[in-house]
Amino acid sequence: MKLFSVRGGVHPEYRKERTAESAIVALPLPDALYLPLQQHIGAPAEPVVEPGDLVKKGQLLARASGPVSAPVHAPTSGRVAAISDMTAPHPSGLPQPTIILEPDGKDEWAELPAGIPDPLTAPADVIRQRVAEAGIVGMGGATFPSAVKLNLGTERKLEILLLNGAECEPYLTCDDRVMREYADEMIDGARIMAHALGAPRTVIAIEENKPQALAIVTKAAAGLLDVEVVSVPAQYPMGSERHLVQAITGEETPARKLTADLGIVVHNVATARAVHHAVRFGRPLVARVVTVSGGAVGKPQNVEAPLGALVSDLIEFCGGLSVPPKRVVNGGPMMGQPLPSLAVPVVKGTSGILALTAEEANEQPAQPCIRCGTCVTICPCGLVPVEMAAFIRKENLDAAARLGVRDCVSCGSCSYICPAHIPLVHFFNYAKGRLNAQDREVRKTDHIRQLVEGHNERLEKAAAAKAAAAAAAAAAAAQSASTTENRGEA
Amino acid sequence: MTAYNDKSGPFTHAPTSVSLTMATVLAALVPATLFDAWLFGWPAIFMFLITVGSCVLMEAGCLILSNKPLKPSLTDGSVVLTGWLLAMSLPPWSPWWIGLLGSVFAVVLAKHLFGGLGQNVFNPAMVGRVALLVSFPLQMTSWVKSAPLGSDGAPGFVEALGITFGHASGFDHVSAASALGYVKTELSRGVPVDASTQHLPGLSDMLLGMHPGSFGETSAVLILAGGLLLLARRIISWHIPVSLMGTLFVLGTLFHAVDPARYTDGLFHLVSGATFLGAFFIATDYVTSPVSKRGQLVYGFGVGLLTWIIRTFAGYPEGMAFAVLLMNALTPIIDHHIRPRVFGRTYKGEPLPLKGEK
Repeated sequence: MKLFSVRGGVHPEYRKERTAESAIVALPLPDALYLPLQQHIGAPAEPVVEPGDLVKKGQLLARASGPVSAPVHAPTSGRVAAISDMTAPHPSGLPQPTIILEPDGKDEWAELPAGIPDPLTAPADVIRQRVAEAGIVGMGGATFPSAVKLNLGTERKLEILLLNGAECEPYLTCDDRVMREYADEMIDGARIMAHALGAPRTVIAIEENKPQALAIVTKAAAGLLDVEVVSVPAQYPMGSERHLVQAITGEETPARKLTADLGIVVHNVATARAVHHAVRFGRPLVARVVTVSGGAVGKPQNVEAPLGALVSDLIEFCGGLSVPPKRVVNGGPMMGQPLPSLAVPVVKGTSGILALTAEEANEQPAQPCIRCGTCVTICPCGLVPVEMAAFIRKENLDAAARLGVRDCVSCGSCSYICPAHIPLVHFFNYAKGRLNAQDREVRKTDHIRQLVEGHNERLEKAAAAKAAAAAAAAAAAAQSASTTENRGEA
Repeated sequence: MTAYNDKSGPFTHAPTSVSLTMATVLAALVPATLFDAWLFGWPAIFMFLITVGSCVLMEAGCLILSNKPLKPSLTDGSVVLTGWLLAMSLPPWSPWWIGLLGSVFAVVLAKHLFGGLGQNVFNPAMVGRVALLVSFPLQMTSWVKSAPLGSDGAPGFVEALGITFGHASGFDHVSAASALGYVKTELSRGVPVDASTQHLPGLSDMLLGMHPGSFGETSAVLILAGGLLLLARRIISWHIPVSLMGTLFVLGTLFHAVDPARYTDGLFHLVSGATFLGAFFIATDYVTSPVSKRGQLVYGFGVGLLTWIIRTFAGYPEGMAFAVLLMNALTPIIDHHIRPRVFGRTYKGEPLPLKGEK
């Protein structure tokens, strides 16, 4: 397959060899599981259990609320100990309503919905509903409810389901292992999704630095006419949706449009496997593969952890911390989020837990910018980071917005490469947050103005109607008076 | 409990730093510098040490006066590079006060009064050179015939001290003209270019550096080697050197073809004067050149064009330093008008149209 070049990017030291050869191992059940009600983008789920309830594995604990939301299920059998606020795995460290489940150790499955027979011919909405009920979200880290994304084919004609196995983040090997160990499940899930989307082709894109995964998936897909496996260059951020689409099709997704507008929908490989489980066996999403790595971890490996297991449980299982880490990251080192502490749970979007040493993080005080222009050269979005950062430093957010800071995907390449160690992405994230807040404020004022205008209009209408009625009444009165007069005259 | 969340990602970093970048550039200058030190002997070595040393002292002084920490700025290598490049652009046997004054112009005026590293509009080394050239035209065009260390005519250590710190008394140094200067003077006397170039050193001597000129600009081959190292280490990209030298070569060749008696040829433009030093080490200065690749092409073209114009029509035989400074002034404008295209948008910033949409 002909590939197309993608602008910029960096080649970080991948350090995937630390866990790439370690087969997925299951985490022993911890003493307690902590399940935040919001593990996805959208509205938090609403609990349907009470403290003290006994639940089985796969049983619904909290249901989706609203069109963009996802339910939460019990990762094992046990007792609901409490529903209370707990620190979320988010850099803010703010508390979030969380269901605390005490496993009973039996790990008994609840009665699950039956598998959909022959899903490749089943109606699309049956599949979407099953995916929605299973609580599946984008497992590459974006955590957007997958069922919503499977709707994209209802209004558009889609050409390709692009399965994202690029895994361009350094350290992470969870997708690599899933592709190697569960290639058939993943391909089946992908074909089910392609069917639900109405996309005739499925393309599985894997970075060339995963030759075993490429070989295994290619072999597993051999003979399937609708599935194509493609090796893409190891170039960070190849796994970025828009850039991967460009590499595969040569098409550039216009700003403020979706890749679906080009006829392409992108899903992660682990998501595809979860769809396979949900559709074929009725199993909801209750566990995921997490890469536990970093120089501070005793025995880095890939762990299949029940959702809600604490980060500290995973690290302890992987040999504990050999040295005090400088950073603990949720996700990859480039775009991952710093964790507020180790006492936060694994959620649906946790692809990696990295405990990084000071040498690995290589943090140094920022020096003056020497305008080397490397950030401009490598920016995969064609932005001018050096100039945007200068404006943001002066709190001139409008100028930064004009330069396109909103088009930044926060891939971190500029910060990574900057010889002066200037935290460029930090500036951009700050600016994007402030600009979003401004936009919200503008929308709010617009909304209020509309309400007020509508109200005034209604008042005017009412007044006009009243006046008209009064005039009509007066006219009628005058009419009757004149009639009377006429009568009088008569 | 330890907090790990006081900073956003990425949580890994390329093995890059400002000092590493500067050190690489300095390393790339070493071969040419060693060769020139040998070629021009002790007076040139003193001139080099005085220039670099006084630049470092000026930097330290400015940092103290502006209450900035000394260590990060003195160890990042930037001021050593400024001093080094300034020394490369001076006549090899310049007296001590030329280097000292040059460092005042370069480091105090051009760098620190603008706000220090990264804030200066003009290339500090070139400000130093041009200010000296305009103020002291005699000293700044006193070229010497090469007198390699240990050769018969070469001044010894003590004699060299006299040349650098005295009034060159006791040693009768042989003055000579640079190739560009010779051609220009001859042309003004009515000698056509194609006749005067016959008396210049051959191409191999020009390439190797066995001809009069500034301390660091004579050995085109070794400067080129350093430039290739910078390209290989990705410290610089091809855009500025190629567009600069390409412009110079094409203009030289074209005009020479039209009137060989008036215009020197393209190859001569490339191997004489400061072309290689300018193209690889001066014009590529990060701080004072555009940040985008397309902007760098425009900038390199501009430097090449202005250099050719000054060499060909103006009063000075060499125009590289003036051309660089003039284009430095245009850099903010180039950066403003030439930006990369944002992903998913047109050059004007509008979202790209979808297929089938107008």
